[in-house]
Amino acid sequence: MQNFSLLSLLRNAVSGHRDWKPFWRDAAPRQSYDAVIVGGGGHGLATAYYLAKNHGLRNIAVLEKGWIGGGNTGRNTTIIRSNYLWNESGALYEHALKLWEGLNEDLNINLMFSQRGVLNLAHNLGDIREGVRRVEANKLNGIDAEWLTPEEVKEFCPIIDISKTARYPVLGGTLQRRAGTARHDTVAWGYARAADALGVDIIQNCEVTGILREDGRVTGLRTTRGTIMTPKVGIVAAGHTSVLASMADIRLPLQSHPLQALVSEPVKPIHPCVVMSNAVHVYLSQSDKGELVVGAGIDAYNSYSQRGSFHIIEHQMAALIELFPVLSRMRMLRTWGGIVDVCPDASPIISKTPVRGLYINCGWGTGGFKATPGSGWVFAHTVATGEPHPLNAPFALDRFTSGALIDEHGAAAVAH
Amino acid sequence: MLKITCPWCGAREEIEFSYGGQAHVAYPADPAALSDDEWAQYVFMRDNPKGVFLERWVHSQGCRRWFNAVRHTVTHQIDATYKPGEPPPAQAGVK
Ligand SMILES: Cc1cc2nc3c(=O)[nH]c(=O)nc-3n(C[C@H](O)[C@H](O)[C@H](O)COP(=O)(O)OP(=O)(O)OC[C@H]3O[C@@H](n4cnc5c(N)ncnc54)[C@H](O)[C@@H]3O)c2cc1C
Ligand SMILES: [Zn+2]
Repeated sequence: MQNFSLLSLLRNAVSGHRDWKPFWRDAAPRQSYDAVIVGGGGHGLATAYYLAKNHGLRNIAVLEKGWIGGGNTGRNTTIIRSNYLWNESGALYEHALKLWEGLNEDLNINLMFSQRGVLNLAHNLGDIREGVRRVEANKLNGIDAEWLTPEEVKEFCPIIDISKTARYPVLGGTLQRRAGTARHDTVAWGYARAADALGVDIIQNCEVTGILREDGRVTGLRTTRGTIMTPKVGIVAAGHTSVLASMADIRLPLQSHPLQALVSEPVKPIHPCVVMSNAVHVYLSQSDKGELVVGAGIDAYNSYSQRGSFHIIEHQMAALIELFPVLSRMRMLRTWGGIVDVCPDASPIISKTPVRGLYINCGWGTGGFKATPGSGWVFAHTVATGEPHPLNAPFALDRFTSGALIDEHGAAAVAH
Repeated sequence: MLKITCPWCGAREEIEFSYGGQAHVAYPADPAALSDDEWAQYVFMRDNPKGVFLERWVHSQGCRRWFNAVRHTVTHQIDATYKPGEPPPAQAGVK
């Protein structure tokens, strides 16, 4: 791997940036691997990286039907935080946040990870109670959290309208200062580059079309680039997980929905943090390029179309302008959608399956980007050892039979 | 936005409707006899096909009645809507 350093940047500047090497080899599939990860999003690539780094598996591959990071990883609004309510989720997301805090160095790449703080606004009594409860629960779990008054909200984010006559008055909010954003596609590239350096094959334009099994155990995969034999498969395919699971006759509690986001024309820095509002259904940050990044909720119906409806955007724009009147004349540049795998308790499934050697990591729905490093870490453990890491044991598929759900609708509502 | 034909009111805009997920998931005939696993199947496990889907909608801003639709989850094309209790229209693509 070609290391980034001040010296390498200078040297390549002098030679006109012609000598940079590709981040990863364009690997062709081998006939067999010790383990194969299906899905080249952030979670799949992180899984491969930690399989190689933490567990010493080098004869492994990541199969991606399109280009890496072209799924939800490259389509999300990059909000990172760990202020979830329950102990199980707090531990999982906080583990991820701690990894983010050292990830630039670990992957030797600038992920533009920015801990600018995430505010969750309260607009009614129910929001206040839920928010204060979550702040206290977070503190008990060692996760930084604060409750802000409306005036403190205004101080932290000056463009918010906190007037009492607003249609959705701001009555306070929770703040996690260590939360923030990162550059999404660099996360995919960074993990791919680091995994490749450890010998992992990153194989793009390779769609898995069948899962081979014998005596209840996985033996290989049928793909558009030939059959690949392997005793271990990890499916990390976000919105397409149900499609892959059905190839192994596994039914899941997932439903796939479109989730949209949009960005404005770039403007000077006006918005220093991330603001989310569950009740009025909008959230806002500003990218380093200056675009305002706006997101909201899913379309109600099941879909694999990677596009959402206009009335959803209309709804979120109404909420946006109500909260930030200063933005009423902003022009929006682009909208796009991803397909998110929504789980009944708004928590992920990181689990063994009824098929031996077949593991799934899914159900992240509208909010999995923030968990990318932690998800890869615990899923690598699960795939390598055949047993869950203590952090993902509560997130097994059998919780839908036992009833031990991890209900994070409060923390995840508008998601992210 | 989808244009959805309510079997009672005719074609209306999607914002008049609410979504109800997979159709034809019947309440268990003998609930007391169900194992935990059968309950999990009934309560949580759902089909999630990339293709034709039989699904429920309710005309919440109109006649407020439930009905079923045959819709493709990639093209969003609605091939038919039909009243509860009626069998799904027999046609290619429906599993
Ligand atoms: C608009 C939007 C905004 C979001 N905002 C946030 C946010 O602010 N914060 C946050 O934490 N999360 C957010 N999310 C959610 C987040 O993007 C996802 O949870 C996360 O990126 C999932 O990562 P992944 O690697 O599992 O999935 P993906 O990046 O989708 O990767 C899955 C990959 O699997 C591939 N694949 C599928 N089927 C096959 C097959 N048969 N064979 C081979 N490959 C296959 C796909 O092509 C895809 O590249 C948002 C999502 C969207 C859509
Ligand atoms: Zn009607």
